[in-house]
Amino acid sequence: MTRPCTLHLSRIAGLAAAIVVLAGCGRPGVPKQETAASRNERAASPHLVVFAPPPLSEIPDDAFGAEVRHGEALFRNTLANAPQYVGNSLTCQSCHLDAGRLAGSAPMWAAWVSYPAYRSKDRRVDTFAARLQGCFRYSMNGKPPPLGSPVLVALEAYSYWMAKGAPTGALLAGARYPVLPRPAQGWNYARGKTVYEQHCALCHSPDGQGLLVDGKPWFPPVWGSRSYNWGAGMARLDLAAGFIKGNMPLGNGGSLTDQQAWDVAYYIDGHERPQDPRYLGSILATREAFHAGPFDTYGRSVDGRLLGAGTGTTGTTTGAHGKRATKPAGT
Amino acid sequence: MRSMLAFAVALLLGVAAHAAVPLQASKVSVSEAGQLERDAQIELARQIVMHGSPQGAHSCATCHGEEGQGKTKAAFPHLAGLPAPYLIRQLRHFNQMARDNPSMQAIAHNLSESQIVALAAYFSRLVPPPVMGATVQPPALGEQLALHGSGAVPACVTCHGPGGRGLGGALSAAFPPIAGQPAVYLERQLVAWRNDKRPAGPDGLMGAVGKHLTVEQIRAVSLYFAAQPTLSNVPTAVVRP
Ligand code: HEC
Ligand code: HEC
Ligand code: HEC
Ligand code: HEC
Repeated sequence: MTRPCTLHLSRIAGLAAAIVVLAGCGRPGVPKQETAASRNERAASPHLVVFAPPPLSEIPDDAFGAEVRHGEALFRNTLANAPQYVGNSLTCQSCHLDAGRLAGSAPMWAAWVSYPAYRSKDRRVDTFAARLQGCFRYSMNGKPPPLGSPVLVALEAYSYWMAKGAPTGALLAGARYPVLPRPAQGWNYARGKTVYEQHCALCHSPDGQGLLVDGKPWFPPVWGSRSYNWGAGMARLDLAAGFIKGNMPLGNGGSLTDQQAWDVAYYIDGHERPQDPRYLGSILATREAFHAGPFDTYGRSVDGRLLGAGTGTTGTTTGAHGKRATKPAGT
Repeated sequence: MRSMLAFAVALLLGVAAHAAVPLQASKVSVSEAGQLERDAQIELARQIVMHGSPQGAHSCATCHGEEGQGKTKAAFPHLAGLPAPYLIRQLRHFNQMARDNPSMQAIAHNLSESQIVALAAYFSRLVPPPVMGATVQPPALGEQLALHGSGAVPACVTCHGPGGRGLGGALSAAFPPIAGQPAVYLERQLVAWRNDKRPAGPDGLMGAVGKHLTVEQIRAVSLYFAAQPTLSNVPTAVVRP
């Protein structure tokens, strides 16, 4: 059994549910599908630690606290605070709700204690900072801030502060996105469209382009040139379905059935978006190298259109990880 | 003079309720016919606002003010400037006893569907009242919740727009402006959702939000929005890119 995407076992020693698939990192070595049974086993595990981050009012009033606040501001308002690294209309908070604090929304307090982590697809140990860089490159369709740059330092300070008191290396309840069992009926574009029109279009617009208010991204675009690129974790159906099930419609997470979440994830990821920055010159080659998994729509024909042409606005990829063609789409 | 007009209005009642249909269907004499029907509809509504409905609904002005400006001291909400589809939805909910308020249930019970539509059109066109400054300093918790949310509760302004003044158009119809409503009124609504006493609203969204609020949060955020101006010098720029 291959487990291309598990944390290094020593980090979660004693945890029988070490088969946890950390799906966010994986491709093209397809991550093992976590079954409902293994998920429940994981959820019931006595090793799962319950943790709540401190309230924002407890950010100290000193130089360190100022850095923490800078990180929080970056998280909520990424474009305004780090324009040189952002290539779309999203913020970190778009996918990590409540400024990266909400359980089930890949919260930063749970992430902080999970790194450095060995990622088999990467065949190396990734630091937390490298993980942040991945989200800039793919999810933000931008450019990874250099290690040690003020932007990364602030985001690290914010995450570290939030994780105060959380046991390092523990698997925290509410970490990452919910893992949904594979749907009985597969996924379907027409059904997804219906879900979208009924439960999503009000905010994200029928054309998926969201809403700008006073020039600020208000309801984020879910596809198209201003959304996450093809290399992003959210471009994978299992991660998108998990995020949607847990967090959308906004304020009413958990209200869709699993089937609806998979279908609408397929509908969203069945639309064109910015090119994968690891693009190898052809859709086919890029698909073979990075999108061969069962949860990828890149390079597939969806609703009669071949996906993967990009939108002509791929973000800059000259940053620290730009040369690593094998870097997985972390986020 | 006014009573004659009122009589004509009563005859026009059926037409007035369907004003939207001919408006869209034909472009020829739309402006003239449409204008006449709109005038008739507004006049019909005015009669009810000032004198009550023929079926016995009280005059709206008694409680909501002649200009729909509400009565802060009595916690009667302002209706002026609220989107027509929102007002229609509320009056139907009172009419069907789905929204819990004995006075308003009795009143809506004595309104026909076309009267409801006319009243909603009437109030939606009025300018909301300016807000007197806050008498109580809203606790910081209220602003935090309104602007940033907390845990599973998204920032209120995400749906209700900057300052709680709405996002305009179809979005305001779904998510009404809440700025400047009496604090006691706002608090009562939020408590109602917490206790499943008010319909959850479009796609169940507000019901879901209300469920997660604590009593302390409800108090704080109600005081916050009650103190927000209903109008802003700088209009909100909402763009569908
Ligand atoms: C388009 C959505 C999206 C945006 C925007 C986004 N992320 Fe992510 N992020 C993800 C996904 C998907 C994952 C993988 C979650 C999983 O594996 O369950 C992730 C994972 C992470 C992780 C690792 C979490 C863990 O527990 O291992 C970190 C840290 C992170 N993101 C930080 C950021 C930061 C900082 C930003 C803003 C610069 C950002 N993200 C923007 C979608 C996004
Ligand atoms: C009430 C408005 C609202 C509704 C309804 C809604 N969303 Fe969202 N959605 C948001 C907001 C706001 C965010 C960003 C969160 C933040 O910034 O706090 C978001 C974020 C997202 C994201 C991640 C960011 C991006 O743009 O890719 C996805 C994907 C998404 N929503 C999908 C959906 C789907 C699918 C539905 C329907 C099942 C839905 N949403 C319904 C408001 C909404
Ligand atoms: C006896 C006083 C009284 C009269 C008369 C009255 N109302 Fe009300 N109305 C109220 C109160 C009190 C509420 C708040 C109910 C609650 O707390 O849910 C209210 C609420 C409403 C609302 C909901 C507002 C919102 O923001 O959701 C509408 C719409 C409304 N009234 C319309 C009318 C109309 C139209 C009339 C005249 C036909 C009218 N009311 C007459 C007392 C009155
Ligand atoms: C996800 C979107 C969403 C968010 C976030 C949201 N609301 Fe609402 N709200 C709605 C909807 C939808 C309605 C309309 C309900 C109806 O039609 O009955 C509503 C209605 C209301 C009303 C009734 C207004 C009136 O005139 O009676 C109040 C009060 C209110 N919201 C307060 C809040 C507060 C306070 C917050 C933040 C804690 C908040 N809302 C956050 C969607 C939202």
